[in-house]
Amino acid sequence: MVEQPAHAAQSTHAAQAAKQSKSIKSRSLDANPWWAQSIIYLILIVAGLITLLPMVNVWAISFSEAHEIYKNPMMIWPKSFTIEAYKYIFNTEVLLKAFGITVFVTVVGTFLNLVFTATGAYGLSKTQIPGHRFLLWLVIIPMLFGAGLIPMYILLKNIGLLDSVWVLIIPQLVAPFNLILMRNFFWSIPESLEESARIDGASDMRVLWSVILPLSKPVIATVGLFYAVGHWNDFFSALYFISDNSKWPLQMVLRSIIIDFNMLNMGTQNTSTLNDSSHLVVQPENIKAATIIFAIVPILLVYPFLQKYFVKGIMLGSVKG
Amino acid sequence: MGAKSVYAPHGNPEMPLPNKGRQHRNRRLGTQIWKSRFIYLLILPTIVYFAIFTYAPFYGITIAFKDFKIIAGIMDSPWVGFEHFKSMFTSEKFPELLRNTVIISLYRLLFGFPVPILFALLLNEVRHVFFKRFIQTITYFPHFLSWVVFAGIIYNFIGPSGIINLVLVNTGLDKFNFTTNPDVFRTLVVITAIMKEFGWGAIIYLAALSGIDGQLYEAAKIDGAGKLRQIWHITLPGIRPIIALLFCLQLAGILDAGFDQIFMFLNPAVYDVGDIIDTYVYRLGILQSQFELATAVGLFKGVIGMILIITANTIIRRMGEKSLW
Repeated sequence: MVEQPAHAAQSTHAAQAAKQSKSIKSRSLDANPWWAQSIIYLILIVAGLITLLPMVNVWAISFSEAHEIYKNPMMIWPKSFTIEAYKYIFNTEVLLKAFGITVFVTVVGTFLNLVFTATGAYGLSKTQIPGHRFLLWLVIIPMLFGAGLIPMYILLKNIGLLDSVWVLIIPQLVAPFNLILMRNFFWSIPESLEESARIDGASDMRVLWSVILPLSKPVIATVGLFYAVGHWNDFFSALYFISDNSKWPLQMVLRSIIIDFNMLNMGTQNTSTLNDSSHLVVQPENIKAATIIFAIVPILLVYPFLQKYFVKGIMLGSVKG
Repeated sequence: MGAKSVYAPHGNPEMPLPNKGRQHRNRRLGTQIWKSRFIYLLILPTIVYFAIFTYAPFYGITIAFKDFKIIAGIMDSPWVGFEHFKSMFTSEKFPELLRNTVIISLYRLLFGFPVPILFALLLNEVRHVFFKRFIQTITYFPHFLSWVVFAGIIYNFIGPSGIINLVLVNTGLDKFNFTTNPDVFRTLVVITAIMKEFGWGAIIYLAALSGIDGQLYEAAKIDGAGKLRQIWHITLPGIRPIIALLFCLQLAGILDAGFDQIFMFLNPAVYDVGDIIDTYVYRLGILQSQFELATAVGLFKGVIGMILIITANTIIRRMGEKSLW
C-alpha cells in the first residue's frame, strides 16, 4: 500500500483494507458476507445435482426390479437389486458386436489419426520449407468451408467406402483443428534442441522420434483423447454412410435401443401394457437404463485422464492458437 | 510463394546470404526444396488425405447446378444453371427450415451463452478447492457423453414412459408428451443443450478469471468499490476479450443448430418447429436420394457459414483482439 489516501478518515479504512488483503493474500476477491456465500454455494450445489442426479437415477433404475420403477421412479439407489437388465444386454449380440466395432474404430482410428496428424503437423511446423504458407492454408481452408454432406456421400460411394467399417476411420484421418494445435506445439519447441541432435549425427527420422515426440507427450495425449472420444461418440458417419445395420457402431445401436424404443411406445397412451407386465423382472426401462450405463462406463474409466489433458488442451488451443 | 521463407534465417548455419541474382535464387530454391525432401515426404500423406477427402468433394458441388444422373455421373450430367436454387428459394419448406435453424441457434445463444459465464463467476468465489473441483468435475462430465446417451438420460425423465409421466399417471393425471409436443420442442432443445455444456463452457472463462491481476481488486477496494462494483469494473472487463471471441464464434455458427442433438429429439410431430437445415439435407439427400436439391441447400448453408465466420474474424481483429487467423 504505497498510495496514501488524502483524508485521515479514509486512511484508517485503507489500513483495514490492507490488513484484510494481507490475510487473504492470493485471493483475488474479498470474502463475501456469509449470506452471499451461502447463496453461491447453494446455487453451485443445485447445478451439480442437476447434472448428477439424472445419471444416478439411470444407474439406480438399471439395477432395480421393474415393479419398483413404477412404484417410485425417483430413486437414487437401486431397489430390489437385480442384474437381470445387464444379463439381458450382455446376451444381446447386436450390442456386443457394435461395441466391438466401436472399440476397433476407436483404437485403430485414433492410432492412424495420430500418425497422420503428427507427421503433417511436424512438417508444417518447419516454416523454412518452400511453400510452407501454401500448405498451411491448404489445411486451414477446410475449417472455413466444406463441400457438404452430399458431395462427400457421392465421393465415398464412388470409391466404394460406403457400408464399410473403414468409412468410420478413413474420411476423418486428420481434423484440421487438431493438426493446427499440434503444429503450434511443435513450432514452439526450440530449434536449438533439434540442431544439437543433428550435430550429434541424428537423421531427420531420428530427430522426430527421439527428440520431438518425447517432448510432445502432453499434446499427443490431448489430441489422441480428442480423437478417441470423437470416435467413441461418433454417430453421424454411421448414420450417413452405413445402411447395413450389422456394421453399425455402438452409438447407432444405442440410439435404436434408447430412443426408438420410445418411439415405439409413443402411440400407446394406455398404461395397461405396463401394469400387465409389471410382474416381469426386466422392462424396457431397465434395459434402456442399463444400456445407457453400459455406454457411460468406458468414458467414466478414462475420465480422470480426459479431465487432466482436455482442460490443458483447451488452454493450449486458446493460448497458442 | 515460399521464396521469402527460404531466406528466413532459420538456424541453418550454411545458408548463404540472399540476393545473389535470379538464377542463383532459383538454384537456391531448388536446393532448399531438395534439402527439405524429408519434410515434404512427412507432409505428403496428410496432403493426400486433404486432397481426397476435403478438396475432391468440392467437385461434387457442381451437381447443385446440374440435372444429376447417377448412371451418367457428375461429369456427363447436363447443366441446369440455378434451377435448383430457384426451387429451393421458392419452396415452402425453405423459409421454415431457415427460420427453425436461426431461431434455435438464437435461443441457444440468448439463454445459453450467459450461463457458463455466471457459473464461472460463482465458482470463482469458492475458496474450498475441493468443493470447487468436485462441482467442476461433475458439471463437465456430460460434455464427454454423446448426444445419444445424454438424450437417453433426458428421455428417462420426460419420455412417454419416463419418470415424469409415471408420476403423473400414479397421481391420476394425464400423460404429457414432451417429445411430440411442438410447443415445448425448442425449450427442450435449449435446456438440454445448456445442461450438457455449461460446465465445460465455464473452463475457458475460469482460466481467463485466474489471469486477472489481483492488484486491481486491491486498488478498487481502496477506492471503496463494493463486491458488485468490483465484478462490474474489473472482473467482467477482464474476461471481455474471451467473451467477445466466443460470442462472435457462436454468432458465426448461427446456421449450425446442432445436428446430433436435434436429430435425437426430432420426430415428424415436431418437424414444423424443429426441422433444421442439416436434418433436412440428411433426409432429402441420403434417405430420398434427391442429391441436387440437397446439395444446393447444403451449399447455401456452407457459403453463408463461411461469410459469417470471416466476418466474425474481421470484427474480432478490428476490436484489437486475437483473431482466429
